[in-house]
Amino acid sequence: MAGQACVHCGADCGKHPVIWDDKAFCCHGCKTVYQILHEKDMGDYYKIQPMSGIRVETESHSNKFAFLDNEELKGQLLDFTDGSISKVKFFVPSIHCASCIWLLEHLDTLNPAISYSTVNFPKKEVYITFRNDQISLRQLAELLAAIHYVPEITLDQLEKKGSLSSSRSLLVKIGIAAFSFMNIMMYSFPEYLPGGDLLEQDFKDVFGWLSFILILPVVFYSASDYFLTAYKGLKHKIISIDLPITLGILALFFESTYAVFSGNGIGYMDSLAGLVFFLLVGKWYQGKTYQALSFERDYKSYFPVAITRLTEEGEEVIPIKNLRKGNHILVRNQELVPADARLIKGKGNIDYAFVTGESIPVPKQKDDFIYAGGRQIGSSIELEVVNEVEQSYLTLLWNQKDKCQTTNSLDNHINKISQYFTLAVLLIAFTAFAFWAFHDFKTAIYVFTSVLIIACPCALALTIPFTFGNTMRVFGRKGFYLKKTDVIEQLHKTTTIVFDKTGTLTLSRKLAVGFEGVELSRDQLDKVKSMVRHSSHPLSAALYEHLKAEPRYEAENYEEIPGLGITGTIEKERINLGSRQFVMGEEERSDSKESRVYLSISGEHKGFFSIKNVYRDGLQTVIDDLKSHYDLHLLSGDNEAEEERLQQIFGSSAVLKFNQSPTDKKAYVENLQKSGKNVLMIGDGLNDAGALAASNTGISIADDVFSFSPACDAILESSKFAQLNQFIRFSSTSFRIVRLSFVISFLYNIIGLSFAVSAILSPLVAAILMPVSSVSVVLFATLSVRWMAARKLH
Amino acid sequence: MSAIIVLILLGILVAGGFLIAFVWAVRNGQFDDDYSPSVRMLFENKKPKEEETIEAENPDPKQ
Repeated sequence: MAGQACVHCGADCGKHPVIWDDKAFCCHGCKTVYQILHEKDMGDYYKIQPMSGIRVETESHSNKFAFLDNEELKGQLLDFTDGSISKVKFFVPSIHCASCIWLLEHLDTLNPAISYSTVNFPKKEVYITFRNDQISLRQLAELLAAIHYVPEITLDQLEKKGSLSSSRSLLVKIGIAAFSFMNIMMYSFPEYLPGGDLLEQDFKDVFGWLSFILILPVVFYSASDYFLTAYKGLKHKIISIDLPITLGILALFFESTYAVFSGNGIGYMDSLAGLVFFLLVGKWYQGKTYQALSFERDYKSYFPVAITRLTEEGEEVIPIKNLRKGNHILVRNQELVPADARLIKGKGNIDYAFVTGESIPVPKQKDDFIYAGGRQIGSSIELEVVNEVEQSYLTLLWNQKDKCQTTNSLDNHINKISQYFTLAVLLIAFTAFAFWAFHDFKTAIYVFTSVLIIACPCALALTIPFTFGNTMRVFGRKGFYLKKTDVIEQLHKTTTIVFDKTGTLTLSRKLAVGFEGVELSRDQLDKVKSMVRHSSHPLSAALYEHLKAEPRYEAENYEEIPGLGITGTIEKERINLGSRQFVMGEEERSDSKESRVYLSISGEHKGFFSIKNVYRDGLQTVIDDLKSHYDLHLLSGDNEAEEERLQQIFGSSAVLKFNQSPTDKKAYVENLQKSGKNVLMIGDGLNDAGALAASNTGISIADDVFSFSPACDAILESSKFAQLNQFIRFSSTSFRIVRLSFVISFLYNIIGLSFAVSAILSPLVAAILMPVSSVSVVLFATLSVRWMAARKLH
Repeated sequence: MSAIIVLILLGILVAGGFLIAFVWAVRNGQFDDDYSPSVRMLFENKKPKEEETIEAENPDPKQ
């Protein structure tokens, strides 16, 4: 069935490609983009990276960006405007390759009113400067949408603007530390050579003073964060890893300053600068995050920015925050319902895919209650707002998180170790001081500072950033994105895994079809397939895909009645397909276990197609592997229809719960935690958002990782579900690597301390031992993670 | 002896110049996006106007 690949997006064109300019396209959308680019002679787009285009499944309606005409919203969105020139920043999740950059930076060819545009690839943002007397913001957004780079504009972006990146200041700190490190190393070098003692006093003084000047910005600017966090930790009575680091830095600084002032060379300045430099590099390596991914989404990222309000004077577009209880709003095809509301006009057909993961729309009648977050499929509906956006059911659920997570990060492994470490170091330092004090007080002070200097846990502090930083990168390449490296430790501690069912274990875009009733002839199947071809309803699409028949008929008098079904005539036979009520005139059975499409031909009931969700590939293997290591739980918002099958997959020890509301799920996770479990929650929809936030680790599964996922600690590409068990188990592997690295750095410490307590630590020993220990630990952590990943992750 | 001192001071000045250049580049946002410049330089310049595009800096958040 494989046809040609679409010239624009590379998708399979199927049997009936759209042909234009002798080229095959999978759909009219792709062809239109090609036409636009062809017209402007921008064919290079397809040369840089062939078939790089983006396929848009559902063409958005013409009013999608109407809210950009609203002055208030426009003001919030524009970065800069002086009346004729404006600058704006759009988040475009579909940016993915070199061709995208090329096209988006040549927007001026498409429309001369655009002065220039620049892409920030990792952030998936495009900065556009345009003449707003010639093109409006709305037209600009529509231009991007027309070439299928649909900008995503959400409430979230409007509210937090211009946050200064901390990665820039970290880079400056590293730069300054590196500069001082290199120079001081050069001044220290003569002292380490044979005959270094013969260096003239003048040189010693000059080198000493230069080093002293150079070290000041390193200690007081580059290393300032360590002092700060150590102080904060002490205030909360926590000994963090930053405390021994701070002690080490201060001991080095004062010892060396004393050496300079007393004319004894430059002390340990080079080690100090090197230490700070290595530490900062570790921090930078760990701090690499996925800039385009958002782990902090709340309802604001999902909801539209504006909504059409119906007043007595007619329609008006208002920002969503101005929406009040009792307002009447118009929700068009493919638009989200922004607040809990009651249907007052039209046929509701609400797709709760974002909320529950269930993609089959739910029909709604007049006066039915509709929860915020649903998407209308079909004709426009009128709603009366019952609860304001902030007060809506799901919104309330998302707002009540934040309390449980904060304490976790402080109670991690490294901090526990550093407590013992600091105490041990202080104990050794004081014991050695006391011992030497009997002999010689000056040596005693020297030994005391030496212990603090050499015990400074540089290698220890670098272990976690490099091990976990590398693990995070390896995961990222495999389609599993972590919010930060702490998540790995939480993953490792997991004792209990809680799954959501719909959309997590099942595929949201694929359905299995069966038929029950009178057996249909080949010809009748052909007719059914010819009918469903015209409908864009997900059930029709599933039927069309599943039926092995030829859609060779043209339906006459075809009509689609939203929320009910489709009807039409083929060869004088009237064919009705749709709900029980529509086809058989009987009430819908509320206990139905699956979605059913009833069929009647010429008034004769033939039976129904049953449409079920399909479980993800590899589900059995993933569960089999996980159930021998963890307690498994399943929380489903659906009824028990699938219980037997799920129990088979999960085994008898797993707990399966059905008919769970979002609040139930959250409470269930919290209860597990109260009984001492460390809970990993895996979900997808917004109805899991509460549970994801409450859990120790929340993983959300997404088809498109850049667009839709609730707030969580990690995002898993849905196609990589079959590797979930490997990811979870690998966290323990990287934890073992951390332990081994700790052992290595302790060995160095023992060597170093034996020098220190016997009062023979010289700047030379420190200058060798410190970089060697740091570099070897970093190498060990990096290489072993790579090696284990190549063996364990496939 | 004094020659070496002069050389060392010169060395610091030169290195300091590079440090200042680095800090300037960081603050200017040149390290924010480490992928697109590598691709951008391979695009063919059809029109003189595109040079402007290349030099266009990211909007500074301070604005």
